[in-house]
Amino acid sequence: MAHRLRTLPPRYWLVLVVVLFLIGLPSVIDSFQSGEWAQALVLAIAIMGLNILVGYSGQLSLGHGAFMALGAYISAILATRYKMDYLVTVPIAGLLTGLIGFLFGVPALRLSALYLALATFALAVVAPSLIKRPAGLTGGVQGIVLLPPVPPQPLSDAYAFLTGTAMTSDQWTYYVTLAWGLVLFWLAWNLLRHRAGRAMRAIRDGEVAAAASGINLAGYKTLAFGISAFYAGIAGSLFGLAAGFVSPDSFPVALSIQLLVGAVVGGLASIPGPLIGGIFAYFLPIESNQWVPTQTWIPVQIATTIEKAGPAVTYGAVLILIMIFAPNGIVGLVGGAYARLRGRVRGAPDRDTGQMPQDTQTV
Amino acid sequence: MQEFLQLVVSGLATGGIFASLALALVLIYNAMGLVNFAQGEMAMLATFIAFTLINRGVNYWIALPLTLVIAFGGGIAIQRIVIRPVERAPLLTLVIITLGLATLLNGLAGAIFGYVPRSFPSPFSVQTVDIFGAYASYRDLGVIAVSGVVLLAIYLLLQRTTVGLTMRAAAHHAEASRLLGVRVSWMLALGWGLASAVGAVSGIMVAPIILLEPNMMQTIIIYAFAAAVLGGIESPLGAVIGGFIVGVTVNLAGTYLPFVGGDLQLAVALAIIIGVLILKPNGLLGRPSVRRV
Repeated sequence: MAHRLRTLPPRYWLVLVVVLFLIGLPSVIDSFQSGEWAQALVLAIAIMGLNILVGYSGQLSLGHGAFMALGAYISAILATRYKMDYLVTVPIAGLLTGLIGFLFGVPALRLSALYLALATFALAVVAPSLIKRPAGLTGGVQGIVLLPPVPPQPLSDAYAFLTGTAMTSDQWTYYVTLAWGLVLFWLAWNLLRHRAGRAMRAIRDGEVAAAASGINLAGYKTLAFGISAFYAGIAGSLFGLAAGFVSPDSFPVALSIQLLVGAVVGGLASIPGPLIGGIFAYFLPIESNQWVPTQTWIPVQIATTIEKAGPAVTYGAVLILIMIFAPNGIVGLVGGAYARLRGRVRGAPDRDTGQMPQDTQTV
Repeated sequence: MQEFLQLVVSGLATGGIFASLALALVLIYNAMGLVNFAQGEMAMLATFIAFTLINRGVNYWIALPLTLVIAFGGGIAIQRIVIRPVERAPLLTLVIITLGLATLLNGLAGAIFGYVPRSFPSPFSVQTVDIFGAYASYRDLGVIAVSGVVLLAIYLLLQRTTVGLTMRAAAHHAEASRLLGVRVSWMLALGWGLASAVGAVSGIMVAPIILLEPNMMQTIIIYAFAAAVLGGIESPLGAVIGGFIVGVTVNLAGTYLPFVGGDLQLAVALAIIIGVLILKPNGLLGRPSVRRV
């Protein structure tokens, strides 16, 4: 056992450190910030789903915001109309969204990846007006207001015992989101290392060769899309929990773009990428809005222009620059630097150690 | 019946706008197998340029060609700066970059011009004429005529001039063209410039109808996607026919299907996209795609 522990690859240790950090985080930040981090984790979960799709099957969805909306509304309707416990509705929302995503993917995936991008983008633009229509069910423009979640008593007591303060609803939301994030992370990790994951990567790297090896192209592509929509559905459901309400305007096209930014920044085919991407995509506009006005060296005119433009300009510039200069995202940059450093220390290029070369460009 | 004819005529007019933007999409698709998600935002920016020129007192008929020239140059500049570094990158990289470009241009326009909708002049009056019992405004007829002229101009350029021939050669057989001395990358840039100018026409035509603001093209581009997919995404003629069909269908559906109404017309475009993908994936005039190993 001790031997096994010592020979664990470094990435297992990294995962452990990150998980411990995330578990301890609410004890060092205040309740409001825990709520913000819960939102960032929600984005990370949706990005994880997007990553499975893009990074491991070479398909692109520009409409994952719409699938988040679907998940959020399924949960909200089940919780308010049918008085179900919100936490019970989360997996239901995920599975239903996954099923609908699967069905949506069937026609869109028959042709090249372009058509899926096109159809999902159209879906993202149409989604808000589609939500508004059945106003009796979805609450129309106003949306649905949700009750803040109450942490269960034993957990709250344990938390009070450890930190000295009772657990707030924001902190509880954070832990629920984190728990789901860990489960889904574990799922993705296992999925991508086994048969389905290898098949999806083979499709990404060469459809014709994959088909010639007996991989059911359409089947696996649609499966990847369904799984990806499942992740988005869970994320959407948790989004409702974290935001306290769902409305058509919570899910604009910009949300889908934000998810894409997160996926690209983190690294499209990396498993830790979504966490970095989610944190980046969520905090970038908030932090830059607070930071820019405090910087006196930036001319007032430029500062106000940046403020007025909102995150769109930054998001757009980030998408373009990363795709040109670092198509594997932050994880790719760090991984590349680490590989070079190790190569220099050990003096052995990958070829001689018999390792597979690192994944080349992933999209 | 009269209402039906009326709807068809005004549908043809909006269809002409979709057709121009779809044609711009097809031009870039043919040049590099890419759907340009920034096409609508490029057109929006060009329309703002035209607006600024007209506001400064430039005559409409001088501002219009000037804007098209600027849009043409802008399209070439975008290709040179943003697309050229990743010309050989995988398709999805390019798609993400055009989407980034769309976001960037939208944000820039919002920062520079603000989000207040502005009225934009049209050279055609809104007075109506009687055609077979339906009343069509001069503006509608003007839009239909302009899209016809644009299509004709693009057709003549691509099929009857040396530049057009070189562009088509560069798109279809890049390696062979390069060996024959064609500067393939510049031909792609030319394609981007042309698409940008054609798209600008759609922006300038739609602005008088739906008011000019940075998010103006966000829905129009979806209709244009539907038009391009319906017509067969590589066929210029298909894009124009698709545009007119989408325009008329959306107009009729908005009036005759009670659950669609005014606010779900965009969903009709989505339904068209998905319907085409299920029933006739290559569109009306497209050829079945052949994949090379």
